[in-house]
Amino acid sequence: MARLNLILLLIAVGCGLATVTANHRARKLFSALEKEQQQMRALDVEWGQLQLELSTWAAHGRIEKIAKERLQMKMPQPAQVIALEPAP
Amino acid sequence: MKFSKSPVLKDELAPWRARLVLILLLGGMVALIGRSLYLQAINNEFLISKGESRYERILEVPATRGRILDRNGDVVAISTPVKSVWAIPEDAQLQPADARKLAQMLDMDVRELNRKLAEDKGFVFVKRQIPPELAERVMAMKLPGIHLQNEYRRYYPAGDVQAHMVGFTGVNDAGQEGMELAFNDQLAGQTGSRRVIKDRRGNVVEDVEHIKRPIEGKDVTLSLDGKIQYLAYSSLKQAVTDNRAKAGAVVVLDAKTGEILALVNLPTYNPNNRTNLIGSQLRNRAFTDTFEPGSTMKPFTVGLALEEGKVRFDTRIDTGNGKLTIGPATISDSHAGGVLTVAQVIQKSSNVGASKMALSMEPADMWRMFDSLGFGTPLKLGFPGEAGGRLRPAKSWKPIEQATMSYGHGISVTLIQLAHAYMVFARDGDLVPLLLTKANGPVSGDKNIFSSQTAREVRAMLEMVVQPGGTAPRAQIPGYRVAGKTGTAHKAEAGVYTNKYIASFVGFAPASDPRLIVAVMIDEPSAGRYYGGEVAAPVFAQLMAGALRTLGVPQDAPMKPIDLGNEDVKESM
Repeated sequence: MARLNLILLLIAVGCGLATVTANHRARKLFSALEKEQQQMRALDVEWGQLQLELSTWAAHGRIEKIAKERLQMKMPQPAQVIALEPAP
Repeated sequence: MKFSKSPVLKDELAPWRARLVLILLLGGMVALIGRSLYLQAINNEFLISKGESRYERILEVPATRGRILDRNGDVVAISTPVKSVWAIPEDAQLQPADARKLAQMLDMDVRELNRKLAEDKGFVFVKRQIPPELAERVMAMKLPGIHLQNEYRRYYPAGDVQAHMVGFTGVNDAGQEGMELAFNDQLAGQTGSRRVIKDRRGNVVEDVEHIKRPIEGKDVTLSLDGKIQYLAYSSLKQAVTDNRAKAGAVVVLDAKTGEILALVNLPTYNPNNRTNLIGSQLRNRAFTDTFEPGSTMKPFTVGLALEEGKVRFDTRIDTGNGKLTIGPATISDSHAGGVLTVAQVIQKSSNVGASKMALSMEPADMWRMFDSLGFGTPLKLGFPGEAGGRLRPAKSWKPIEQATMSYGHGISVTLIQLAHAYMVFARDGDLVPLLLTKANGPVSGDKNIFSSQTAREVRAMLEMVVQPGGTAPRAQIPGYRVAGKTGTAHKAEAGVYTNKYIASFVGFAPASDPRLIVAVMIDEPSAGRYYGGEVAAPVFAQLMAGALRTLGVPQDAPMKPIDLGNEDVKESM
C-alpha cells in the first residue's frame, strides 16, 4: 500500500513539473510568435515606405524631365514613325 | 505536584463557559468559511479583476487605411506610420536650452513652442506627424512631460497631378475629398483591441482574448491611368499658361467601359501640403462647375433630327445670310454660309442651321433626349458638390429658347456630363454609366438613345470638323482618325453675356472604332485667341496622341504630317 502511494505521489509530482515546463515553453513560443508578428508589421510598414519612395522616383514628371534635359530625348516627328501591322 | 491535583482546579467552573468558547470558535470558523466561499466562489469577479489587472493588459491593434492604386497597380495614396509629439504642459518645464534644441529639431519657432507649453490644458500637441526617426531623437532627449503618439499619415506620391481625382484625408484619417471620400467605407480600417498577459519584462506571453478584431482597410483600384493622367495634366497646364486662362479642366473616358481614365482641373493643389489652400484650387471644376457648352451641343440636335427622320446626312439647309429672326431675337452665324448640308452645319458649326433643325422638332422630344443623355441631373459618382446643370422643363421653352438650346445656350452642363454624353456617338448610340474603379473588360449598355446608324452618321460629321475646312483642324493626330466638336461660348455673369469666353473641345479617337473620349474646357483664355478650335483642340490632340500610344491602340490612318488647311473657319457663338 505504501509503495503504491509512493508511486502515485511520484507520478503526481512528475505531472506537475511537466505542466509547468509545458506552460513555460508555450509562453516562450508565444513570445517568439509575437516578436515575429511585430517584425511582420515593421516589414509591412517598410514595404509601404519603399512603395512610396518608388512612386516618388518614378513620377512621370521626373522621368519626363530627365529624359528631356539629361538624356536629350525628343518626341519623334510623324515622318519618323513607321507603323508595323501585326502578323495575321 | 501534578497539574491535575492543583488546588486551583478544585473550584469547578460553570460548564457553559467551555461550551461558549467552543461555540465562539466554531462560529468564527463558519464565518471564515462563509467569507472565503463568498469571495472565491460566489462573488469572485472583484478579486479576479484585481489579480488580472496586475498581469493583464489591453493592447490596441492598429489597422491601416487601404491603399489607392491606379489601374496599372501604381500607388496613388498610401498610409505610413508617423509620430506626433504631445505634451502635458504642467509637467513640461523645460530648460531654455532644451526648449531651443527641441524647437530646432521640430523645425518650429521657439516662441511658438513656449506658447504651446504655457497653455492651460492637460494635453497639447507640440508637432503632429513627424518621421519616426526624428521622433526617436526627440525621445532620446528624455524631456519631462513630452510624449509620443502613433498616427498614420497619408501620402500622395503624384502630388498635384492627381489631386482632384484622388482627393485627400483629414488629420484623423477620414476621407474629405475625391476618391478618399467616395470610397471611405472601403478604405477605412477599424482599430481592434485584445487582452494579453505580460510578464515582468513586458513581453506578451499569452493571448487571452480578442476583444475586437481589427479590420484592415481594403485597397481600392481606380480606373485612373497614371500615365494618361500625367499627359492630361501637362498638356492642360501648358495650354492654360500659354493662353493665360483663368482655369481649365480635362476628362478622359474609356468609350468601351465608361471608366474615367483621367481627370484634371487647374488650378490645382498639392495634397501632401495643404497649408494656404484657397477655394479655387480645391474646386473640382469638371464635376462642380456648370457652363453653357455652346456648339458642342449641336451634334445631339443633329442626332435627334436624323433619328426622327427630319433630315438626312446630305439634306440641304439654307442658312441664307447667316441670320435667323425668331420673334424679337436674332440668331446669327459668324459668316454667311449659304446652303449647307447637315454635315456641313456641324463642320462649320452653323447656329442658324442647328436652330432650323431644332425648330422642326417637338420641345418634349428634345428635352427627353437631353434628359436621357444625363443633362440636368448630377451623375452621383460620390464626388462632393457634383452639379447637375440646368435643363428647364420642355413646357416652359419658348421657340427662341428651343433654338438657342440646339447650339448649347440656355442650357448648362458640367464637363464630365458632356464627355459622358459624347459616349453615345463613340459607342454606336448607347450609354453606359461612368466607372471610378477598374472594370473587367468592355461593358455593354442597355440605354439606347440613338440607333447605330445615326451614331455612325454623326461620327462621320464629327470627323469632318477636324479636317481642313472644319472648325478644328488642330485636333488632328497623325496616324489616327479623329472625331470631335468645338465649342466657344460667351460667359454669362449675373445673367448678362460678357466678353469672356469658355473654349471647349470634345472628341474621340480612333474614329473607326472609338476607344477614348476626351473633353477639354479652358475658362477665360485671355491671350488673344479664344475659339475652341484654337485653344482647346491642341490640348485634345496632344493628349489623345499620347494616350493612344500609351494604350497601344492600333492606327487606323496613314502616318503623315497633319494638314491644317489654309482657310480659318470661325465658329459661330
